[in-house]
Amino acid sequence: MNADINPKVVVKDLNFYYGNYRALKDINLNIADKMVTAFIGPSGCGKSTLLRTFNRMYQLYPKQKATGEIILDGANILDKNQDLNMLRAKVGMVFQKPTPFPMSIYDNIAFGVKLYESLNKNDMEERVEWALKKAALWTEVKDKLKQSGTGLSGGQQQRLCIARAIAVKPEVLLLDEPTSALDPISTAHIEKLIDELKEDFTIVIVTHNMQQAARVSDYTAYMYLGDLIEFGETSTVFTNPTRKETEDYITGRFG
Amino acid sequence: MLIFSLEARLKRQAAFDLLFRNLTRISAFSVLLLLAAIIFSLVVGSLPAINKFGFGFLTSMEWDPVNDNFGALVPIIGTLVTSSIALLIAIPVSFGIALFLTELSPRILRRPLGIAIELLAGIPSIIYGMWGLFVFAPLFADHVEPWLNKNVGDMPYIGGFFIGPPMGIGVLTASIILSIMVIPFISSVMRDVFDVVPTLLKESAYGLGATTWEVMWKVVLPYTKVGVAGGIMLGLGRALGETMAVTFVIGNAHELSKSLLMPGNSISSALANEFTEAVGELYTSSLIELGLILFFITFVVLSIARYMLYKLGKREGQAS
Repeated sequence: MNADINPKVVVKDLNFYYGNYRALKDINLNIADKMVTAFIGPSGCGKSTLLRTFNRMYQLYPKQKATGEIILDGANILDKNQDLNMLRAKVGMVFQKPTPFPMSIYDNIAFGVKLYESLNKNDMEERVEWALKKAALWTEVKDKLKQSGTGLSGGQQQRLCIARAIAVKPEVLLLDEPTSALDPISTAHIEKLIDELKEDFTIVIVTHNMQQAARVSDYTAYMYLGDLIEFGETSTVFTNPTRKETEDYITGRFG
Repeated sequence: MLIFSLEARLKRQAAFDLLFRNLTRISAFSVLLLLAAIIFSLVVGSLPAINKFGFGFLTSMEWDPVNDNFGALVPIIGTLVTSSIALLIAIPVSFGIALFLTELSPRILRRPLGIAIELLAGIPSIIYGMWGLFVFAPLFADHVEPWLNKNVGDMPYIGGFFIGPPMGIGVLTASIILSIMVIPFISSVMRDVFDVVPTLLKESAYGLGATTWEVMWKVVLPYTKVGVAGGIMLGLGRALGETMAVTFVIGNAHELSKSLLMPGNSISSALANEFTEAVGELYTSSLIELGLILFFITFVVLSIARYMLYKLGKREGQAS
């Protein structure tokens, strides 16, 4: 159903378990390179769970496990020989709530970069500026880089977190409901930013907000109770869904 | 008739309320009164020594009951040095314990280990003292001190601290026993404050590819620094005032020695040892002044700890 996609990530027969509970059931889907793919569905459908397999965040918790394959650039990232730190350098993530580290704005951005590269002071300053500009935050914070990141407004903090994630120069960017804690104006900022970022990054976004999925994404996956119900181009999924469940959900008759 | 009885009942209730309110008020103020009374009696008791020695009491190394010449420098330094070394050992160990319990330990081990550490805090200090004197000190004298003499004693700068006869008892032994005693306090406070760090904050750091160590050291510790400092201060408060365990193993010698293997003295063990034999007003008064100094040091330390915990509480209030 997605033959025309140039895939960056290929998910094959993915199953996910919280202990004995099967939260994802035989998921197959392709994530298009340099495009925005949105996961939508009611709470508990597994969309965040699916997102968290892409950087193996679930690995922090001993009872969670995934089976199947997730191929990124030809290699299966679920392979147990996959180096987690290298994976996370390639696959960045932004969370539901802004999570600035308790340090200066500058150090927030430099934190991730320092884990992989040893840049001299000039190069690091350039990288920080590049990341903040990419995240459309530079003009607002350029005079207060030494101030604490926790002093920014919620919307600014979330853009700081996006800047922090892209400073490492990942290839894939995972956004887990990135605007759920933000006001409408900050949300609009972030959505505009997502549109610009897809020039450089492959973006996967989980959202509760169907209008948001319709606005920002090129492809949409509708999930329900751990099953991938429908996947296709966003315009098709929203205007002419093939499955009745999808239509019920996006027209608000359910969920 | 009905109204009359209601009125009487209300009156009775009001009287009871008044009585109860005043009773609780008296209980509360009696604490303040006690504190003031203790400070007052310490000051009054130490007046003869203060009048005789003045500020020189703080800087004099003399402790000569025969000639009635007293100075507090040796026990003050003993208290500060043993407490500092105890913290130097206890802080990294406690950090390791808290890190393991919050991040690395399998879930089934968490509770038993946590309970074991809390039990360690409940052991009476005299038992630490006995264990230190009868078990730890001989082992230390036979195995560790000769090694320190041989291997560390020749090093420049720090060597002098570790040269001395392997007697087992001494300042270093007291410091190690103290560190064992404060580890439960510091590590359980650290564990509690690490536990309240938002999961998302840690996941963000892991999501950037940070290792567990980097997450703890660069994100969790800065986030919890106020609470961690408060926990360390509570441990320090305990170390400063600890009496019995230190008295058993410090050696109780009123001498200042560079070597940590030599016996020394601390304020609280000097008090415990000498009060029964203190004859003469000046001797007693000097001991009381020692007590006043210890009270002052502990008071300052605990005030700092309170202030830090207060600041932590305020920040948590803002966060939620």
